[in-house]
Amino acid sequence: MKVSLTVNGRRHDVDVAPNTLLVDVLRGRLGLTGTHVGCDTSQCGACTVHLDGRSVKSCTVLAAQVDGAAVTTIEGIGSPDALHPMQAAFRDCHALQCGFCTPGMIMSAIDLVQNVENLDERKVREGLEGNLCRCTGYHNIVKAVLNAAESM
Amino acid sequence: MSDTGIGKSVKRREDLRFITGRGRYTDDVNRPNQVYAVFLRSPYPRARIVSIDASGADEVAGVIGVFTGKDLSADKIGDLPCGWMVKSKDGSDMKIAPHPPLAVEVVNYVGEPYGIVVAESLAAARDGAEVVATEFEELTPTVSVANATAGAQLHTNVPDNVCYLWELGDADATNAAFAAAAHVTKLTFSNNRLIPNAMEPRAAVASFDAATEEFTLVTTSQNPHLERLILSAFVQLAPEHKLRVIAPDVGGGFGSKIFVYAEETAVAWAARRVGRPVKWTADRSESFLADAHGRDHLTTAELALDGDGLFQGLRVRTRANLGAYLSTFASSVPTYLYGTLLAGQYRTPAIHVEVEGVYTNTAPVDAYRGAGRPEATYVVERLVETAARELKVDPAALRRRNFIAPDQFPYQTPVALEYDTGNYEASLAAALEKSDYANFAARKAASEQRGKRRGIGFSCYIEACGLAPSQLAIQLGAGVGLYESGEVRVNPTGNVTVFTGSHSHGQGHETTFAQVVSDKLGIPFENVEVVHGDTGRVEFGLGTYGSRSIAVGGSALVKATDKIIAKGKRIAAHMMDTNADSVDFSDGEFAARDSNQKLTFGEVAFAAYVPSNYPSSEEPGLSEKAFYDPKNFTFPAGTHIAEVEIDPETGVVDVVNFVAVDDFGRVINPMIVEGQVHGGIAQGIGQALLEHGIYDDGGQLITGSYMDYCMPRADDLPSFDVDMTVTPCTHNPLGVKGCGEAGAIGAPAAIMNAVTDALGVVDLPMPATPERVWRAARG
Ligand code: FES
Ligand code: FES
Repeated sequence: MKVSLTVNGRRHDVDVAPNTLLVDVLRGRLGLTGTHVGCDTSQCGACTVHLDGRSVKSCTVLAAQVDGAAVTTIEGIGSPDALHPMQAAFRDCHALQCGFCTPGMIMSAIDLVQNVENLDERKVREGLEGNLCRCTGYHNIVKAVLNAAESM
Repeated sequence: MSDTGIGKSVKRREDLRFITGRGRYTDDVNRPNQVYAVFLRSPYPRARIVSIDASGADEVAGVIGVFTGKDLSADKIGDLPCGWMVKSKDGSDMKIAPHPPLAVEVVNYVGEPYGIVVAESLAAARDGAEVVATEFEELTPTVSVANATAGAQLHTNVPDNVCYLWELGDADATNAAFAAAAHVTKLTFSNNRLIPNAMEPRAAVASFDAATEEFTLVTTSQNPHLERLILSAFVQLAPEHKLRVIAPDVGGGFGSKIFVYAEETAVAWAARRVGRPVKWTADRSESFLADAHGRDHLTTAELALDGDGLFQGLRVRTRANLGAYLSTFASSVPTYLYGTLLAGQYRTPAIHVEVEGVYTNTAPVDAYRGAGRPEATYVVERLVETAARELKVDPAALRRRNFIAPDQFPYQTPVALEYDTGNYEASLAAALEKSDYANFAARKAASEQRGKRRGIGFSCYIEACGLAPSQLAIQLGAGVGLYESGEVRVNPTGNVTVFTGSHSHGQGHETTFAQVVSDKLGIPFENVEVVHGDTGRVEFGLGTYGSRSIAVGGSALVKATDKIIAKGKRIAAHMMDTNADSVDFSDGEFAARDSNQKLTFGEVAFAAYVPSNYPSSEEPGLSEKAFYDPKNFTFPAGTHIAEVEIDPETGVVDVVNFVAVDDFGRVINPMIVEGQVHGGIAQGIGQALLEHGIYDDGGQLITGSYMDYCMPRADDLPSFDVDMTVTPCTHNPLGVKGCGEAGAIGAPAAIMNAVTDALGVVDLPMPATPERVWRAARG
């Protein structure tokens, strides 16, 4: 089936099997390998992207469902010379080690900052509960999100 | 000192690619014309393979072939070896079960691979695997470690499923200490089985060039050179010089990616067989089933004390589950990485430990963050805390009374190690201060008023990192050396490419190693590039595990850098018309002591490559290699203090405060070191409160997904209070000790000491789940 979607501001028309997942379109078809796959039960959040401005787990969305929608991935929010404030905060606070959870974590965190008022440590921890990180113990991730919330 | 030198919290240079989605992990790698692999895995814990009928799969469009263990053995692909020969106390060799990469006759754990389906697409490979008809004859499995020696025998060459019965220490002296003891504290407990769960699943992309007969294997490895060595010398896949192993960005390892596994072996073999690149990426379910698991001990431990509360003897009996086969370093983890650590931070004069390593029909068990040392710390620190409670002595005071004092180093323990340096009182004192121990009673009373139970727990751990020296380790059974290699290549324009045999999969070596080399050479941090993880670019290496990278890999780079400086002095001396002994090097400048002449590092580098005014005795070029073999282990140590509050109505344990004061020796990048500690603590708290790999009696893994295996999430953990004390390591050039595992080593005992304190119980099994805690709270 044919699906057209806008990814990071660019329109793509793809022909996919009906059971194709959004994450496979992003990684396999569009070469946007910044979005990662860390599980097969929708529980790690490594695949998190924004769909029409809200964070979703792209391993849990069918490509067919995003026809006409706008998707933003980690590649679409900033570049090394012009980092998104959340990206910059992750670097400044050492909120990543192996980097595998990081794209999903950043996409979730941006959604969190944009949609939850008066963030504090507890709210950040609860808000990121859907994203697993095995490296950082979350300590510096929480710090980064609170820092970024100040500047966003 | 520059702001990028040794000791500075330099922001990591690798971050830019990771935060912008430009990392390059194995699954991001694609080869032209590649095909996809899916593994056939055993649904049974123990069964004979009667027949495999692949005719159905051959009908599936896109399936290229279905291959089995027989195909690999017909091609003379060898067994997966275990790299450490442990001897039993009677002097006999450990009993090694044959471990073909793909099972041939019998499968021995759920998830064991016995075949590989290769197809044009992943979907076709999956469809093909679905319709392979395998007939199994089920055999009685031996699942529980407690019954392992009485259960059905897994391997014909391993009676009673006992791989080895190993001992260390002086049994007679220990028994005598117990006979004379004023008090004996005894505990029996398990150390729960864990599943590592690096967030990046294992993966491999292999290609074979028929023209040159060269393999290229891109894979999720912590030690690509070791992988190459094993795949060539033992598995016989290809000669070493025809095999290139690349470990690109790797999404965490924690030990689980040290090992050489069936999957990358079979994928590489298949690439030659089908003549096209083959790609495999584990899904998380496969990671749960077939990554090597960690821990899984049953232990009885006793501590003998005299009338003054001084430790006189420690007796430990452990049964360690090795799983169905010996993974790459499995045999060493519950022996040399465990028994040797049982002295802890104390002067206990007599120690004896006996470890029975057993096979069961479960996934292989091998090193997981800490590897043996968390288990040892758990034994010692649970015992010490319990002894303090039994004797009604303050647990900090009892520890203090038994600490090895700062003036007693070097200190020879009764379990083989010689600690070079340490100051245990300093980290305990700092941790007591930070945790406001003095006011704990008031906080406990306040909790009680709110119907909660509060407890505090200590863990004064020691670990041994930078496994060493090679000669000794090889005498003790190691199959490889334990040195590290490094190369410092100064380019003609004066910038530097550093090659290291260590591998970074989250540790930030691209930053810290550049800090070390730029600091030593007095050149800008930006001018130093660090290359790792590719056998085609880096000469040799033993990789990253056991918190060894900075202590061993970093020391190799210092050694190579020293050679660069020495040669630079000889070149500069010639150019400044003096002798090398009269040249000083500092801050990137060679200065003649007998005149006011100076040359920059760049000028000397240029002269080495454009040798016009150049000493006739020197070869052109400025590039040096070094292998560094450590003289001893390093001994990071510290105190962790956990404070918990328990809601007796729900059994939920809230970690209200976690203090860690660690001594890692000199620290290269404090920001990165703190991050390592945070991550380790999270895994340690995970072990104590949440994580448990469980097989049911029938041998099925019932914690095979994130629904059932409880990973620590952001809202399960507090922020941590981390600090450091410093006693520099005495025997490596940087004075460093290593920091990667400390958190996972110290935290479980601290948490469980706090939980049992809060509940007023002697012991509680890990993980202290709400159900267990709730039951214990009701008495
Ligand atoms: S890949 Fe784990 S939630 Fe999507
Ligand atoms: S940084 Fe490695 S999983 Fe989060």
